[in-house]
Amino acid sequence: MDPIILFFVLGVTAGILRAELRLPTAIYELVSILLLLTIGLKGGVEIAKQPLDALLPQVSAVLLMGFALPLVAFPALFWLGRMARADAASIAAHYGSVSVGTYAVATAFLASRNIGYEAQMPLLLTVLEVPAIIVGILFARGLSRGTDWRALGREVFLGKSIVLLLGGLLIGWAAGPEGVKPIEPLFFDLFQGVLALFLLEMGLITASHLGVLRRHGVFLAAFGVLMPLFGSVVGTLLAGLLGFSVGGMMLLATLAASASYIAVPAAMRISVPEANPTLSLAASLGITFPFNVLIGIPLYLAMAQWWSSVIGG
Amino acid sequence: MSVNKTDYRLLTIITEAALESRLIDALEQCGAPGYTIMDVRGKGDRGVRSAGWDQSGNIRVDVVCDEVTANRALAHVRDRFYENYAMIATLSPVEVLRPEKFSPR
Repeated sequence: MDPIILFFVLGVTAGILRAELRLPTAIYELVSILLLLTIGLKGGVEIAKQPLDALLPQVSAVLLMGFALPLVAFPALFWLGRMARADAASIAAHYGSVSVGTYAVATAFLASRNIGYEAQMPLLLTVLEVPAIIVGILFARGLSRGTDWRALGREVFLGKSIVLLLGGLLIGWAAGPEGVKPIEPLFFDLFQGVLALFLLEMGLITASHLGVLRRHGVFLAAFGVLMPLFGSVVGTLLAGLLGFSVGGMMLLATLAASASYIAVPAAMRISVPEANPTLSLAASLGITFPFNVLIGIPLYLAMAQWWSSVIGG
Repeated sequence: MSVNKTDYRLLTIITEAALESRLIDALEQCGAPGYTIMDVRGKGDRGVRSAGWDQSGNIRVDVVCDEVTANRALAHVRDRFYENYAMIATLSPVEVLRPEKFSPR
């Protein structure tokens, strides 16, 4: 097992046992900033090496997937789960959007197996953050009534994750492979260690959300496993259509399977305040994040290998 | 230096960190002459707010102002935020030096 995964297990265990362990908020913030910038920089450097003309259709296809996933999640939550409209809309938005932490673990997983992937994945990751938020708000509010789109636009596009991912992409792209050499020790060489610290904290956070699930029951837990599985199939099929390699296919499946816990909770708190954040975070952090990290990622790689052998002839 | 003790109020609001920029805008619109923000953590009827990461942080905002401004600000945040956000607000009389610093903007 990858050591970074063991850090996650350590965090969950320490959290459940109520160990005296607490990462200072500033450390968590620094670690998540480093992760976002590193992912952006890596993508920018790779994009700088190749022509951009193939990107537009891919970005559009992935945007479409970002709009479509919450359209599936909302009815399931609203009618099958009989949740309040605002809660169903908010959770659907979480699941349509993506988790940068899960993506980082997936890239580390591929790297340790020497499997390459498409350079534009970080760009697709950034693109996927947004559409589900819009769909979620529309489900909660409808088009007509007074949503403060300006405040929301601020929250979405000037939120930490988009600014750092896009900023990293642009810096990496502008500086190119040679230009980023001097900053590589901090961002690239330390990536695995930073990811390990991040996962330790994520384990602690996950443990703190498990109690909520005990109260809010089986439906949410089932949704937290089934929705990512459904998303991963959609992601795999779409990656197949776009002609991605096995690595890219597995990453797009992981993106479609992951649920947001940075950008979407912040946007929902401002735009759909009546939605209970405890429910969406319990599902996203208590169930889906650990499921993806421990079981999902290896599963999605196996699925990508199988599917690309099927469509490859 | 003498001040009228009943004239000034300390308005203390403890709420979700996610609300910071909107709360500050609202307070300034109500005429708050200034504010102090602290990162805090604790427990209330919406559970433990551990400040471990983005979504679980709380802030405490202190405003010293005259009684009229304080009541206006308190009523405004109550109407706008109380229903859907984890928030408590308290009002207490305070003695101040240099009262001209705390007149409404």
